[in-house]
Amino acid sequence: MTVVVEKTEPPGKPEATRPGPEPAPAGEARRIGRPLVIGAILVVWLVLFVVLRGRQTLALAAADLTDLHRWFNDVNDSIGANRNSNPLFLYFFNEIRLVIDHLVTFVQELISQPSAGRPLPQIGWLGVVGIAGYVSWAFGNWRVALLAVAGFTFLGLQGLWQESMDTLALTVSAVLVALLFAIPLGVWAGLSDRVNRVVTPLLDFMQTMPTFVYLAPLTLFFLIGGASATIATVIYAAPPAIRITAHAIRTVPETTVEAADSLGATRRQALLKVLLPMSKRTVVMGVNQTIMAALAMVTIAALIDAPGLGKTVVQALQSLDVGTAFNAGLSIVVMAIVLDRVTTAASTREEEARRSKNRFLAWRRPLLGAGAVLTAVLVFMSHTYVWAAEFPGEGGLGSSIAGAADTSTTWVQDNLSGVTNTVRDLITNGLLNPFQSLLTDSPWWLVGAVLVALGVVLGGRRAGITTAVCVGLLVATGMWSDSMTTLASTVVATILVMLLGIGFGVWMGRSRLVDRVLRPSLDAAQVMPPFVYLVPFLALFGATRFTAIVAAIVYAAPVAIKIIADGVRNVPETTVEAATSAGCNTWQIITKVQLPMARGALTLATNQGLIYVLSMVVVGGLVGAGALGYDVVAGFSQGQLFGKGLAAGLAIVLLGVMFDRITQAAARRAGA
Amino acid sequence: MARQARRWRAGAAGAAVLGLTLTACGGAKVGSSSSDAGGSSGSGKCGAFNLAVNPWVGYEADAAVVAYVAQHDLGCTVTKKDLKEEIAWQGFGTGEVDAVLENWGHDDLKKKYIDGQKTAVPAGSTGNKGIIGWYVPPWLAKAHPDITDWKSLNKYAAEFKTSESGGKGQLLDGDPSYVTNDEALVKNLKLGFKVVYAGSETALIQAYRKAEKNKEWVIGYFYEPQWFLSEVPLVKVNLPPYKAGCDADAEKVACDYPVYDLDKIVSAKFAKSGSPAYDLVKNFNWTNDDQNTVAKYIAVDKMTPEAAAKKWVDANRAKVDAWVK
Repeated sequence: MTVVVEKTEPPGKPEATRPGPEPAPAGEARRIGRPLVIGAILVVWLVLFVVLRGRQTLALAAADLTDLHRWFNDVNDSIGANRNSNPLFLYFFNEIRLVIDHLVTFVQELISQPSAGRPLPQIGWLGVVGIAGYVSWAFGNWRVALLAVAGFTFLGLQGLWQESMDTLALTVSAVLVALLFAIPLGVWAGLSDRVNRVVTPLLDFMQTMPTFVYLAPLTLFFLIGGASATIATVIYAAPPAIRITAHAIRTVPETTVEAADSLGATRRQALLKVLLPMSKRTVVMGVNQTIMAALAMVTIAALIDAPGLGKTVVQALQSLDVGTAFNAGLSIVVMAIVLDRVTTAASTREEEARRSKNRFLAWRRPLLGAGAVLTAVLVFMSHTYVWAAEFPGEGGLGSSIAGAADTSTTWVQDNLSGVTNTVRDLITNGLLNPFQSLLTDSPWWLVGAVLVALGVVLGGRRAGITTAVCVGLLVATGMWSDSMTTLASTVVATILVMLLGIGFGVWMGRSRLVDRVLRPSLDAAQVMPPFVYLVPFLALFGATRFTAIVAAIVYAAPVAIKIIADGVRNVPETTVEAATSAGCNTWQIITKVQLPMARGALTLATNQGLIYVLSMVVVGGLVGAGALGYDVVAGFSQGQLFGKGLAAGLAIVLLGVMFDRITQAAARRAGA
Repeated sequence: MARQARRWRAGAAGAAVLGLTLTACGGAKVGSSSSDAGGSSGSGKCGAFNLAVNPWVGYEADAAVVAYVAQHDLGCTVTKKDLKEEIAWQGFGTGEVDAVLENWGHDDLKKKYIDGQKTAVPAGSTGNKGIIGWYVPPWLAKAHPDITDWKSLNKYAAEFKTSESGGKGQLLDGDPSYVTNDEALVKNLKLGFKVVYAGSETALIQAYRKAEKNKEWVIGYFYEPQWFLSEVPLVKVNLPPYKAGCDADAEKVACDYPVYDLDKIVSAKFAKSGSPAYDLVKNFNWTNDDQNTVAKYIAVDKMTPEAAAKKWVDANRAKVDAWVK
């Protein structure tokens, strides 16, 4: 249930976040005063907490429902009951389902599933590897082509060829469908401020609403199978492409557009000949993010019978078979890294080609032609001959990987659990418990007022208004107390994420070598399905809130680290040199020069860290975090709790929106 | 221009030569041997049979055996669909699921789909008895034999304290799939415990496994038949015995969980279809030991469900014959 909430602009331009109309409040007096005001708010809160503790906390027991939850249940039931007579189903949803089903089946028969009259798919492993290599080379460069060939062959050696191809087929279908909507919508949102304002909250909703909440209703609309899995993936994976496309259109320099206008270009011409070509590179980054998000859905889609690697992971974990689950998880990681590197290379290809005066450039076209012929031959052979169609061997590599993973997790569990228990108790008792009781035992209006006040101080009046609305809606969901429990864990996890982010981010930002060594493991941590590492974590930390926090850190820290590393690297070389020649030592350079100058990146990292941590709330619910995460999981499993799960999902969205708006506004101020 | 054309020609010729060499080394062709096509499927009058597989190993054992028999004895084309319970029941109405093989109580779903939408009908017991209750690891039951009586739980409450239980003893709950009365039980039996939601079966099993290994104090919600009990034979704590109706008011429950008669549910359409697969599902009946055996093949011996089913069916032909007679 990896839920990637990616709303970063492509790295390198953290400051250019959504051009908001909000003016940055200038004036030295206020800037100095802000920490003081925050301190004062916190002191008032503590004092009132002592006085009012335990009153009006809006607690709701695990099995209790509110009227809103019952109403959600009724709506869901009536949809299910009227499914076969409702014209909306007969003529609308069924048609969509049919189209998408056909697409998925077509791609599956091409590469993963036996098709009519054949015991094997149309294109065998050799053909797929050939196509992957050729396409990577044509759109990227020969290095990523090599990576693609090696990566795809590795999938076969792991003994997971068919599963991998099922996952690939589903990912490809979902990405195609997503882009079909996302790019036009993104362009529109890029051209029109009004559309952008309407679309943004919708995208927030699509990305932060836990998939578990809508998975069951989705199968009611689109039935069990490929279509539902694809649509669930599209809902989650399309937003990054929309956001990044819109951003790309917006960041085309004003002067270029004006030049086109003055040359008499029509709107259409300006769009097709100027805006789109100039934003192509960034749009490809959006495609990249969509692919990553789609792969993050693999294990969730398995819960509604989507074939592929996700199923292997889910099934292995029913018997706590970490090794097998890890092997399948590794396949997902390999596929993600290959697709990521290839699309990244594709986005920078033209520039690179222009820069490097490659003497093979003249040979490129004939070579491409020859490559196409070779690929066609490979595809033909893999269609015809068994050895090229079915991956040979028993997947011995896979079982040794599984074995090694088993051995190492057992070792870690046996030898480290003493240390881990100490760390857990220290953080739980020292930080989490006091903070949680402060949040859950204060009256709701007090916490609400504190949140609104913090919103105003950090983000300005508009952020304050958003916060007030979110607090009101949180109370309306009936999930206030659980939201506060989740909030406490979320904040603690985010603090730890930022500590890691600053530590590793600075290290990576200062050294290319460290960056190159660490980056693949960061990528792996982001796409490895959390289910895989939860089992050893449970053994180390037990079913506790702390386990949930650790899982969230594994998932969220890489993003924070990457953003901070970029920020540190973007500090001008000359500034650092000047500080060095002024006699600063390394520690002083980091704390007095690099970190302050990367302030924008730090705020963005906090924003993304928080949102990513929030997206792990449901996973946390599976390992002892309780609260909102558990409510969502239970709502997915028990019919009568559906409404409550939906309300909990809404509460997670509200927390996300609240944080996002406050930190975004704060980031704009810091950047200004 | 001419130079470029020459390069093209050279490239094409090279590729063609390469292609010819590669094709020449050929080998067996796809689809040339008829045995690949899976001759046994679809040949009988049974046709398609869509079987839901809910995500726990015991169910997988049921499904493996029924699917194996349906395929090999009846010639059905079996499609197994991995689904959570609620979604599987929804599938009755949409026609995508024919049978659910192991239903644990789930009165909510019965009310909605059997009585309400009338898309599902019951198809009798599986013969398995589902037991739900509070369990402790075996070392604990051995070291403190009186712990299996609920009356002595308060005496040990302090030992069960964890970072999550806020000063009380921790009662680890929580596979979210099942209804629990545990919060009411703790209150009504006046126990100094707090219910902590582990959130998944995985989390529960891992907690017990660790507790047995490191001699830790754990008490929690568990159930049988379950493959994990063949690895660590957990001991059940005796709550005040269940009497019919003692759990009628969820707020006032102060008794143990009833023994569930695990049953099979099929779609209304499937029940009327006259498919031999329906008769198989209806007649399917075995003991907890049978299920545990197959579940152990799958979970502990890491056999594929098909292999596990074949092993059991070969050893228990008489039972199988009674289902398909």
